[in-house]
Amino acid sequence: MTATSRVAQTAPPAGRNLPTSASAKTATLRSRNRTDPTYYWMVVPVLALFAFFITLPALVGVFFSLTNYAGYGDWKFIGLSNYVNIFKDPAVLQSYIFTFVFALATTVVVNVVALAIALGLNAKIKWRTGIRTVFFIPMVLSALIVSFVFNYLFSNTLPVLAERFGVTPLATSILANENLAWLAIVLVTVWQAAPGATIIYLAGLQSVPSEVYEAADLDGAGSFRQFLSLTLPLILGYLVINVILGFKGFLGTYEIIVGLTGGGPGMATQSVAMRIFSGFTGGDYSYQMANAVIYFLITLLISVIQLRLIQRRGVSL
Amino acid sequence: MTASTLSDTMGGAAAPVRKARRSSREGYKVNWWLTALMIVASLTVLLPLYFTVAMALKTPDQIGTGTGLAWPSPMNWENFAAAYVATNFPRAFMSTAFVTVLSVLGSLASSSLVAYAIARNWNRKFFRGSFIYLLSAMFIPFPVIILPLIKQTALLGLDNPAGVVFLHVLGGISFNTLLYIAFVRSIPVELEESARMDGATTWQVFRKIIFPLLAPMNATVGIFAFLGSWNDFLLPQMMIADPSLQTLPVVQMLFQGEFNTNYSLAFASYLMAMAPTLVVYILAQRWVLSGVMRGAVK
Repeated sequence: MTATSRVAQTAPPAGRNLPTSASAKTATLRSRNRTDPTYYWMVVPVLALFAFFITLPALVGVFFSLTNYAGYGDWKFIGLSNYVNIFKDPAVLQSYIFTFVFALATTVVVNVVALAIALGLNAKIKWRTGIRTVFFIPMVLSALIVSFVFNYLFSNTLPVLAERFGVTPLATSILANENLAWLAIVLVTVWQAAPGATIIYLAGLQSVPSEVYEAADLDGAGSFRQFLSLTLPLILGYLVINVILGFKGFLGTYEIIVGLTGGGPGMATQSVAMRIFSGFTGGDYSYQMANAVIYFLITLLISVIQLRLIQRRGVSL
Repeated sequence: MTASTLSDTMGGAAAPVRKARRSSREGYKVNWWLTALMIVASLTVLLPLYFTVAMALKTPDQIGTGTGLAWPSPMNWENFAAAYVATNFPRAFMSTAFVTVLSVLGSLASSSLVAYAIARNWNRKFFRGSFIYLLSAMFIPFPVIILPLIKQTALLGLDNPAGVVFLHVLGGISFNTLLYIAFVRSIPVELEESARMDGATTWQVFRKIIFPLLAPMNATVGIFAFLGSWNDFLLPQMMIADPSLQTLPVVQMLFQGEFNTNYSLAFASYLMAMAPTLVVYILAQRWVLSGVMRGAVK
């Protein structure tokens, strides 16, 4: 450690020519008004790696989206043709429709379920610690393996049970049904994602002072009335965070679909992420890069809305 | 900090009263109806886990054409040994452990250092700019960079678990730095000043004073990094070129072949892949949940 710091002091790194005098008057307790070069050594290597592994691929991707590169061999610039073609491609359009419908439905169900669990865990129940432990188990399991387990439940267990009880519509695997397969994906995603949202709601519920409820009690408000007019408005900020973080995450859904349907039957459950990844093997590398850029712009738009909403609600993130 | 009080109520039994309003006036009466309801609801989590264990202990004959929900008798423990061999479990486990341990250590070291430097130099343009730049990663989903990224890492010979470590650390750095910065700001500068008077360098101040004080946040960041790394499927699947170096979740793809019918073997393998995080969680659940809670409050 001491050896490193000696090196750090003898070799001032990049950024040394930054203005240092301006901060002198703001430095109240600091004994020197020059920044210790060590601070630069703490940040610059990480910044360099970050630029190389995250920013560079993003820029390279944008670059190739303007070419006809197939992933190998020669390429040339073709302007915005890839983007124009994407808007005319029914397969891409279908993947966007599926992904948005899925993300919307999942966001609604996850938040209803998570809020219910959080309210339950926050109430006066017996064996709270044990019940809480059980509810958060899905959080620590691999989504892919969970999907494999549910895959068997949907395609073998459920049909056998359905036959036994005479529920004929479910007697064949719902994963093989073009119209129902997405519901299975929603269900497993909810199973997996609800604990994360529940934690945020629990944090919200515990931020509400109990005096508020005592006052409502004195006024004779029932539990449901208390929930609607007290709890919900007070934890609205947490709801906003959950809805937007969840929606953005569900738009990138991949593992659970791989484990359940692999995008099938046909292309009925193919998400945008799966479409983009097909650029590895399909020979349409640059085309899927254009798709990725469009996907990025959509998520960016959602992030901007998120920041606006959070700022307005005064919730810090 | 509100975070510490929240995690206290999270861990303790003194959580404030919400439901059961009527009974609260008569003292601390338990809401038994709600307790029953919560227990029934928790079956949605327990049943799939029970099912996994039951399946893993069956012979293919016992599975037959049934629902798979019945408990097997006699139990067939050989599935685990067979799955151990079929997936080359020790190698996959070591590969996963390698990625996870280095990702956790890398995340702790890099984000705490960056957060410390940024928080203590907030009045300098360079550090504020760095912060905003790192935050930009939160707006770039992985699917967007993954195609060029894979080509780039392959060119550098990083198409292996070591490459995955880099991406796990860098992918989480925005969120982790954000968590740390708020915490560093709450540490009074006076603590450092006296050490500096005694001649300590910035490195020593960080290592001896700041890093130990960051312990609660280290736990939070460590838990997130551990879970994210151990369970990740996308990056290892796409980045690691040599199948013998694949991680545990990816190895489970082995049982997804069209003609594979040995489900008991598959479930034994699933269970072995899930067991490590599950065991750690059950043993340290109070600690894990308070750590995650601290992240949620941020």
